[in-house]
Amino acid sequence: MTPAIRIENLAKNFGSTAAIRGVSLEVPAGRVLGLLGPNGAGKTTLVRMVSTLIRPDSGRILVHGHDVVREAARVRPLIGLTGQYASVDEDISGWENLYLIARLFNLRGRKARARADEMLERFSLTEAGKRPVGGYSGGMRRRLDLAASLTGDPRVLVLDEPTTGLDPHSRNSLWAEVNRLAGQGTTVLLTTQYMEEAEALADALVVIDSGRVIASGSTAELRARLGGQMLRIQPEEPGDLARICQVLVAAGHTEAAVMADEGRIQLPLTGGGSQLTAVVRTLGEADIPLASLDTHIPSLDEVFLKLTGPAAREPVAARSAA
Amino acid sequence: MSSLVRHSLALSRRNLRKSLASPGQVLDTALMPVVLSVIFIYAFGGAIAGNSADYRQYLMPGIMALNHTIVSRTAGIALNTDFSSGVMDRYRSMPVARSAVLIGRVSADSVRLLISQLAVFAFALLIGFRADNGLLPTLAAFGLLLLYGIALCWVNAFIGLAARSIDTVQSVSTIAMLPLQFGSSVFVAPNTMPDWLRVFVEHNPMTLVVDASRNLMIGGPVAASAQGALLWIAGLIAVFLPLSVWRYRART
Repeated sequence: MTPAIRIENLAKNFGSTAAIRGVSLEVPAGRVLGLLGPNGAGKTTLVRMVSTLIRPDSGRILVHGHDVVREAARVRPLIGLTGQYASVDEDISGWENLYLIARLFNLRGRKARARADEMLERFSLTEAGKRPVGGYSGGMRRRLDLAASLTGDPRVLVLDEPTTGLDPHSRNSLWAEVNRLAGQGTTVLLTTQYMEEAEALADALVVIDSGRVIASGSTAELRARLGGQMLRIQPEEPGDLARICQVLVAAGHTEAAVMADEGRIQLPLTGGGSQLTAVVRTLGEADIPLASLDTHIPSLDEVFLKLTGPAAREPVAARSAA
Repeated sequence: MSSLVRHSLALSRRNLRKSLASPGQVLDTALMPVVLSVIFIYAFGGAIAGNSADYRQYLMPGIMALNHTIVSRTAGIALNTDFSSGVMDRYRSMPVARSAVLIGRVSADSVRLLISQLAVFAFALLIGFRADNGLLPTLAAFGLLLLYGIALCWVNAFIGLAARSIDTVQSVSTIAMLPLQFGSSVFVAPNTMPDWLRVFVEHNPMTLVVDASRNLMIGGPVAASAQGALLWIAGLIAVFLPLSVWRYRART
């Protein structure tokens, strides 16, 4: 089956700055892909290329098999775009906004009016529909924006940071709507800076940083691959850190590392419970006073920070290339 | 009806709705010509033409053209704002012909030009201006003024699309319109000016349009100025329409 979105070796430069450097990914039809990355990672650039707004320098993007550059006119009816800022007209009413979009989708007269009414109703904006959008709350604007993007019944919905700046209530109702659409078979490409949002909405994740894919997979896969269970050991005396580490390495736990800033030793537990028992025995034999000993599963936010943090950038890139 | 026509109409309607909803735009176009005519006729009229009544006849057709230099600026300002607000991203990601956005803009502005032109003319009649030369020549003047306003819309559309920030658009369009407004025969007859300036003023499109319109309304030779005016209008559109389309396509 043709994927809804297929991106091959995509690259885009702005002047001498490389915004996207060799991204490939696929979104199967009917799935939700979360594109995760910090500010400036290239998320918006990528989304704008998928939406036919800017052209790639090299590589290509196919939407349901159609090239976004050569067949832009065939791609545009398939996609609905909700940009980072609610792109609605402030000085006219919500209804006028949707009526215009319906007209631009070639609905005429009564049909266009009915479509505007229907979309207002669906997004709980009927009451506010006659008022100028300038007086809407942030959440209402976002809903109107999404309503406009869905007026043409797109098969692929592109959402660029859809909940940035929204209060938790508005965010939840927007999430519910996206999940509903996904349930009906709409393909969604979603960018976000929030792991929580990606987890709530996406079937699969692609993490990008500095224009490159640095990790991809399901949320569970990413967590397992990048942040399994971690043993944390804190001695009573910070001066003992180095000694503990030596003892553990000598006993075969070669991945033990001193986290001097946090005043503790960290050791990934790859060997399960028997490894934990062995570590405890080694520590007991060394007879060093400990303040605490615990195991920790990193949250997805920690995984994300670890992947995209400036300090982690080089080793992680090397890891994903290997 | 082709989809280009329907899309252009839909966008034109949207632009007019936005104009109506913006008190600034309405005031700008209605008040400015009124204030300028009152100041010039009653404060400076005596000094410039000997008496206010003669000066009124001289000035009012020029005020109609001057009004267009103000009204047409909206074309550039609105296009620039649509890009920065993200609305343009939506249109351009939709199956809407690229040209429909520009046609919808300039056609809405043509309606605004026509309405404000009629309003200024009504005000002129109210303060005593008389188009003594008859109905048909006066209508011809209306047509010429409207075409001139449309040509100025394309100049402003280009400015709005070429400049990044709205501040740049505002100042560039103000500066671009200044020589038209004051380096022309709108307020003062060119034969009172020094030679170097007169050469500029006599070839200014504004002078040609205003002279032709004035003489069409109150009587006087028309052929040379009307011909020059039409050439200028055709030339401005021939240059700035393609330039606007080019900038619109290239803009990201």
